[in-house]
Amino acid sequence: MIEVNDIYKSFGDNEVLRGISANFEPGKISLIIGGSGSGKSTLLKCMVGLHEPNKGKVLYQKQDFTRLNFEERIPIRKEIGMLFQNSALFDSMTVEENITFPLQMFSEMSNKERIERANFCLERVNLEGRNKLFPAELSGGMKKRVGIARAIAMTPKYLFCDEPNSGLDPRTSIVIDELIQDITEEYNTTTVVVTHDMNSVMGIGQYILFLYQGEKKWEGSNKEIAHSDVEELNDFVFASPFMKIAKEKF
Amino acid sequence: MFFTSFGKYLLLLKTVFKKPEKGSIYWKEIMHEMNSIGVGSLGLVAIISTFIGAVMTMQIAFQLVSDLIPNSIIGQINRDSSILELSPTISALVLAGKVGSSISSQIGSMRVTEQIDALEIMGINAPGYLILPKILAGITMVPVLVIISIFLALSGGLIGGALSGAVTPSDYIMGITGDFRGYTIAVALVKAFVFGFIITTIAAYHGFYVKGGALEVGQASTKSVVVSCIMILVADYVITALML
Repeated sequence: MIEVNDIYKSFGDNEVLRGISANFEPGKISLIIGGSGSGKSTLLKCMVGLHEPNKGKVLYQKQDFTRLNFEERIPIRKEIGMLFQNSALFDSMTVEENITFPLQMFSEMSNKERIERANFCLERVNLEGRNKLFPAELSGGMKKRVGIARAIAMTPKYLFCDEPNSGLDPRTSIVIDELIQDITEEYNTTTVVVTHDMNSVMGIGQYILFLYQGEKKWEGSNKEIAHSDVEELNDFVFASPFMKIAKEKF
Repeated sequence: MFFTSFGKYLLLLKTVFKKPEKGSIYWKEIMHEMNSIGVGSLGLVAIISTFIGAVMTMQIAFQLVSDLIPNSIIGQINRDSSILELSPTISALVLAGKVGSSISSQIGSMRVTEQIDALEIMGINAPGYLILPKILAGITMVPVLVIISIFLALSGGLIGGALSGAVTPSDYIMGITGDFRGYTIAVALVKAFVFGFIITTIAAYHGFYVKGGALEVGQASTKSVVVSCIMILVADYVITALML
């Protein structure tokens, strides 16, 4: 369980987050949605400690993450897996080395065990046999899947995904969404996904947090979103002609 | 502005020298960086040192046209100039361009593609993992390269002097072996050690704090070379003033 309490974050005079509070539960996929510049990626980065909030708390299992120093955060960070927008795979390492890297750093596994774990993770994301390829040799969708494989290598309790579908075709986006859903159920992870992909919202959004200009405007599930009377949310969700037609059919 | 940057540089170094998470991984990285900085720069340093040694011999011979001065003095001047100044400083300036820009752009690219964020999320001390092996490789390999550079500059002087007829090999060898003071090698090694530290840390600092995209990575790389070159010359002056 992750609790976000009254988070404020500014960059200079630009106040990006204003008093965001939310609870993210285990075994559930929580989506943070909103337009460009609404603060969703900043909120995610505050949650994982890449940005320090100006005010407010991020609690992991009631432990205040924001008050911990780098060393004190390590035990929690070992339980975090993160999929980055551009996958953030290490260019100089092969797929297998990317996946085994956190295991090599923090586990006492033998080389054989690490490779077995990498093979398992690659199998899990349907990329078996691609161990020796470098990130430059992979397509965008494959990079995302390797990113997921690396994120689950340490069997995380918390999974964060920053725009997992950006730059992917609709079919591959669905594959990635299904993968995130399967992993969340399988490992009972607390999964937080930042997205503006409406297919993801409607498909996997068990809990949705809508941000507008740095403020929380709405929260609910994908089943409730179509019936919301929040104007900003409706403008965002039903911006495309396709979604407008879909709304009429609801 | 200068004090802000210098403060950030010192804080980064403080983080760099924290205890490594796992020594074996760092050791592998150090070996990799030593190969990259040392072996990777050997060819360039060798060519530059040999030619500078040869040219120095001819220029010294050109300036010392007197029957009162023995020809062996050409070798002696070339030796002391190469050991004390040319090999450490010219090698360091060349390495600031080659190694420094490479370190800065490598770390900068990792920053803009979120690879450094990925390391931090994993709980890895990113400055330590990325920068410490480079510093250790730099302070080890730059002195090695300087020693090789000194040897090649003196050899280049021998070849250049003989080919141009400026000084006979026997006079030259008499010059480079006569009145040799080992202390000059110590000065050269101190300079090389400090230059190795400057090249790697300044480049890493500029790369680590890049913000933006590919354009900013390029700018950071250029800036790191400029700042490193200036700092090498300042350090060169300070060490010379203190040790000689």
